[in-house]
Amino acid sequence: MRIAGRGPGVRPVSFSFDGRRYEGREGDTLASALLANDVALVGRSFKYHRPRGVMTAGPEEPNALVTIGRGAAATPNTRATVQEVFDGLEAFSQNRWPSLDWDLLALNDLAAPFLGAGFYYKTFMGPRGWWERVYEPLIRRAAGLGALSGRPAPERSEKAFAFCDLLVIGAGPAGLTAALVAGRSGADVILADEDFRMGGRLLAKGAEPGPEWAAGILAELESLPNVRLMPRTTVTGAYDQGTFGALERVSLHLADPNGLPRECFWRIVAKRAVLAAGALERPVAFRNNDRPGVMMASAVRAYLHRWGVVPGKRVAVFGNNDGAHVLASELVAAGVNVVGLIDSRHDVVPSGDFRVWTGTQVCNAHGRKRLEAITLRTPVGTERLAVDCLAVSGGWNPSLHLTCHLGGRPEWQRDIAAFVPTPGAVPGLRAAGACNGAFTLGACLSEGRAAAEEALGALGMTPKAVDLPEAPEAQYNITPLWSVPGKGRAWLDFQNDVTVKDVAQAAQENFRSVEHMKRYTTQGMAPDQGKNSNVNALAVLADATGQTIPGTGTTTFRPPYSPVSIAAMGAGAEGKGFAPERFTTSHRAAVGMGAPMIEAGLWYRPSYFPLRSETHWRQSCDREVQMVREAVGICDVSTLGKIDIQGPDAAALLDLVYANRFSTLKEGRVRYGLMLREDGFVMDDGTTARLGPEHFVMTTTTAAAGPVMRHLEFVHQVLRPELDVSMISVTEQWAQFAVAGPKSRELLNGLLDAPVDNDSFPFMACGDVSVMGVAARLFRISFSGEHAYEIAVPARFGEALFRELVARAEGLGGGAYGMEALNVLRIEKGHITHAEIHGRTTAGDIGMGRMIAAKDCIGRVAASRPGLTDPDREQMVGLRPVGDVKQLTAGAHLFDAGAAPLRENAQGYVTSACFSPTLGETRALAFLKRGRARHGEHIRMVDHLRGIDALCEVTDPVAFDPEGGRLRG
Amino acid sequence: MRIPCPICGTRDRREFTYVGAALPRPSDEEWGAGWDDYLHNRENPAGETRDLWQHEAGCGAWLVVTRNTVSHAVLGAELARGATA
Amino acid sequence: MRFSALKVLKEGLTGNKGWTPHWRDPEPKPEYDIVIIGGGGHGLATAFYLAKEHGLTNVAVLEKGYLGGGNVGRNTTIVRANYFLPGNSEFYSHSLKLWEGMEDELNYNVMHSQRGLINLFHSDGQRDAFARRGNAMINQGDDAVLLDREGVRKHLPYLDFDNGRFPIYGGLYHPRGGTARHDAVAWGYARGASDRGVDLIQNCEVTGIDIEGGKVRGVQTSRGAIRAKKVGIVVAGRSGQVAAMAGMRLPIESHVLQAFVTEGLKPVIDHVISFGMGHFYISQSDKGGLVFGGDLDFYASYAARGNLPMVEHVMEAGMTLMPMIGRARVLRSWGGIMDMTADGSPIIDKTGVDGLYIDCGWCYGGFKAVPGSGFSFAHLIAQDRHHAPAAGFRLDRFRTGHGLLDEEGTGSQHNLH
Repeated sequence: MRIAGRGPGVRPVSFSFDGRRYEGREGDTLASALLANDVALVGRSFKYHRPRGVMTAGPEEPNALVTIGRGAAATPNTRATVQEVFDGLEAFSQNRWPSLDWDLLALNDLAAPFLGAGFYYKTFMGPRGWWERVYEPLIRRAAGLGALSGRPAPERSEKAFAFCDLLVIGAGPAGLTAALVAGRSGADVILADEDFRMGGRLLAKGAEPGPEWAAGILAELESLPNVRLMPRTTVTGAYDQGTFGALERVSLHLADPNGLPRECFWRIVAKRAVLAAGALERPVAFRNNDRPGVMMASAVRAYLHRWGVVPGKRVAVFGNNDGAHVLASELVAAGVNVVGLIDSRHDVVPSGDFRVWTGTQVCNAHGRKRLEAITLRTPVGTERLAVDCLAVSGGWNPSLHLTCHLGGRPEWQRDIAAFVPTPGAVPGLRAAGACNGAFTLGACLSEGRAAAEEALGALGMTPKAVDLPEAPEAQYNITPLWSVPGKGRAWLDFQNDVTVKDVAQAAQENFRSVEHMKRYTTQGMAPDQGKNSNVNALAVLADATGQTIPGTGTTTFRPPYSPVSIAAMGAGAEGKGFAPERFTTSHRAAVGMGAPMIEAGLWYRPSYFPLRSETHWRQSCDREVQMVREAVGICDVSTLGKIDIQGPDAAALLDLVYANRFSTLKEGRVRYGLMLREDGFVMDDGTTARLGPEHFVMTTTTAAAGPVMRHLEFVHQVLRPELDVSMISVTEQWAQFAVAGPKSRELLNGLLDAPVDNDSFPFMACGDVSVMGVAARLFRISFSGEHAYEIAVPARFGEALFRELVARAEGLGGGAYGMEALNVLRIEKGHITHAEIHGRTTAGDIGMGRMIAAKDCIGRVAASRPGLTDPDREQMVGLRPVGDVKQLTAGAHLFDAGAAPLRENAQGYVTSACFSPTLGETRALAFLKRGRARHGEHIRMVDHLRGIDALCEVTDPVAFDPEGGRLRG
Repeated sequence: MRIPCPICGTRDRREFTYVGAALPRPSDEEWGAGWDDYLHNRENPAGETRDLWQHEAGCGAWLVVTRNTVSHAVLGAELARGATA
Repeated sequence: MRFSALKVLKEGLTGNKGWTPHWRDPEPKPEYDIVIIGGGGHGLATAFYLAKEHGLTNVAVLEKGYLGGGNVGRNTTIVRANYFLPGNSEFYSHSLKLWEGMEDELNYNVMHSQRGLINLFHSDGQRDAFARRGNAMINQGDDAVLLDREGVRKHLPYLDFDNGRFPIYGGLYHPRGGTARHDAVAWGYARGASDRGVDLIQNCEVTGIDIEGGKVRGVQTSRGAIRAKKVGIVVAGRSGQVAAMAGMRLPIESHVLQAFVTEGLKPVIDHVISFGMGHFYISQSDKGGLVFGGDLDFYASYAARGNLPMVEHVMEAGMTLMPMIGRARVLRSWGGIMDMTADGSPIIDKTGVDGLYIDCGWCYGGFKAVPGSGFSFAHLIAQDRHHAPAAGFRLDRFRTGHGLLDEEGTGSQHNLH
């Protein structure tokens, strides 16, 4: 309930939980608003489906996980302690059926003796198939927390980069002080805090310096242009060289986001960092300590001071440290009925206007859906107290997680019974305040100042003086109490339902290493990642194994500190955003002609150009092939990589990167080149033209354009820096079109300002030409096997030239052709693509072994290894069907005729196949063991997947015009 | 991870392409242990290493970066021109 | 102790007091017939099969940390037999058969779930490459189905079929592919080996390998010298360091591979899905977390942790393929150290030292190989000759160029896999 006159804001906010309407106030979290409305039951646990209530006031909350919103916009597993209420907010409880109040799977709680640590490893074995069909579906349905909608959510998130001199993580007393010192000194500061209101524990204090002091500092920070405040921003991970990941909840608190993204994932690069993340209070394990109404003392304090909410009418406090006394006093001062303070320590001087039990432990909690009473074990016996809220403090654990993200291990500090960060664990980051084990306000303030001063020193800046407020000198005294001995189940990991008994049983079964215990019991693997339970659990393990706590060690903290949505870290990649789209200059024209565009790497290329009368791609493809063979076809080949290479040593570089020789290539001529990787296998192929004595243009395949460019730079910069040569990719700068077919020259001569003939421009010639007044390059090369050219113009003329070429081709009985026809034309000619040079192919495999010239080149030596020159290797052949089945398919395997299609009989496989309209039958390219010696042999092709079993004749790969007469005509 | 490009300054790892240990290319004309080691066998140190990176999304320079493979500390970067010879 | 539903029931009724250690924690003896260096999945499986298949029980497994603390405890738990190169296919096929009998063999529920694996393809060329793979799987006697776009939609209706950057043409479906509970595999083998008499020695770091006259004599450890007639090295992620103790240099570079798990969610993904264009693979654990991963961080590393560029790339791949997972929150990320070999395939072989054997180089595919690798390595150590399904994993293939197993076709540069 809310105490009159306390709490945030005044504006009422209407929201719903499980369909019921409630009123909260602006500034409430969902948790504070529910508590103000006296809602104790908010969730169900993971395994036993135990009723659960709000336990904390922060993102570490293990119980109050709810789904926000409905339909595609539903967001599961949202911490009610973080979610701010707004008008119209809809929240739903999770992991219960049919309702939160009556949950069928609460039956699991009765079966708990059989569902202890690791029970599933010992049963559900067989009969075969039952795991997938019976047990696993049952387990999966029972497990899990909230549910995804299964549909994409409508709103988007964003990603961004930020840079600063000093990143301060956490805006409590230490963080505010650090930011103030650095900000006043002129450093570029980012202050990030996970809360929507900065101030940290200062906001949960009943006395100054508290909220007002924080507000004053924040006002000054806000006025400094060099300080950037990032509230609602959780720094989630520390990475190398001062890089941090951070998640900002941009609009999750707004009824109307008004175009803002939901979240923003920041990559913050900081020269120095101060970790001032505070500390998290830890519970004490005792029987039924998970009942709704059992809460962390710090949470009760925060709800009291910050939200004016008291989560019960009869409140008791249970602790092992002095903090519990402060809370009890503050509750009394606020007029709350404090039934008493139970302190497990003996030597405590009672203070304040409430009853104190010393040397006493809470050993049981009663009530199922709401705490009704507790049982105390006093030095003289047991006692039962009627309470509806129990505030528990087992001490504090520094939030040192980020200091472990680069592999650092924390150190045990005995006087505070807690792990503290190892200095220097993250280069450039220093921990200050409670996260460093400084549990008094005065120490937090002075550590914050010292950390900032150290950072400024490292940055070469002079710190300006900052006066710190007087803080009362309170000692932090604690006598560790991890679990209260006794019967029944005492919870450690509330979310995963791991109890003290489970840890003890794990130790009994020899899961004595902390990592084994964690993995066997699932301790610390729930959404809170053990923030509430890890230290208690390893203390219990240490006790069970007779080790010390530091000797037991910790598990590893890994990013993210708090869970981060996939949508935030993957923002921008939805749909087409995943990778760039590259368009050729003819793209618009091709789309206008009705061509389906298909992906070729990042590019889009036309598949075929359908006529209105054509209803199947094969009709278009066959026509386009025929067009090229009989008249002339136009194809945009601009996607092939083009690398401009210039310099006195350009030819020497080419001799090194190509297997064959280029230094002998004459000016004005083009040569086919085969490029090997250094391990001797084929890397890529293409043509290179010599435009001048020191000027070459290399083409690569579309797929290898980037890798080849990188390779050339590698060879030049790393292997042969003495070569005087420069190179640059000009793929985007030139639009290039194939003009292929017997009428190609006729077409071109209509366009060229000076016509060409076979003498001036024979096969494999190249040179500068002028096309309707535009300087262009012409290459007489052919992938189709026809008399063909490729003409290149600066990209800005590409579209116009394409349209002109197509129009003129159509006038000659030809037209545009796409990738399907291109593929058929090259298969007919036995030309290779990356289907054949797939990375495991040698020059010899594709019949080009003799191209490796007697000179140093990349890959020459490794290509001489016996395994790469073995005559038994699979060699490229052609295939034609000779049996009843006429279909050949890429991906099928080859066997001797009559041999069973088994792995041990495999002789090779088909790489490419098509129907050849030119030859009137299906043709394929394949790799076959000793294939070149087997032309004419009949073999069996089996494609199990497509149900094809065909008898083939092995042929030469070149099925059409093997003499190449058509090229030269 | 951030790498100090001698030409462009310190830049995020995502601008760079890594290709492995910086080793001198053998001059042997025949296949043998030298080539086998160059192509395959690695010191693969758990500690300081020198490896090749290209500032591919930047100036295009190939660099030899001295790093620690355990701590990910980047100890320096120099242009590869001649650095592996 | 034999595990069964009845046993769980009985213990539950009597306060769970009767459970005994899964494995013994013996002091190391001064001498063993066989010492296995490395108590990860592969090492424990090797010890188990040495005992079970070859009756060799005077065996110690030396682990520098805790059992199963390496990559068997930090992976995306995928189990499959979908390789296409001879040399690989028969090995993974054998390994999958061992998976299928593992629960009986170990009397331990490793939750091997054959929920089906679907590899998506996004172009005609990729379809043909997957057809070659699927046909090779069937040639080997394994299962594969080529799905078209509608076939994929029937299984995975939540993929983005309409807006994705790389449209889904279809998928290669491997019904027997699936997942398993990774830690349980290590524990099951450990328990089985220990029960058969193998000594599992934790917190015992090997600091040297004793070799005399070209023959192995034993090892030096942080817990003293241990003599052995035969020594097997099975230490993925540290292979280079341990092999160096025997003067060897391996064709391996160590890389970090990150993986991710979300908070628990109700069942939403029923298969294992692999999205090659985005280097992304995902499944949902029985606890409800989405378990997924991507490509290597691409720099040599022993840090067992990665950096943001690859984290983001993996999330981006997820968002373009199945935007419905956007509201799931990543709970934890981790990194494993991968032995990346020069051709992307492993090594199970003798070394130049008599009695010294090595099993390494599993790249990022070691988990599914655990039973097969243990079986074949045990065979090699026990009989001093290769087990047929693993006979292709020879160390000299790089030098000779014979039998290279480059499934990805990226060549013998460690970085390019």
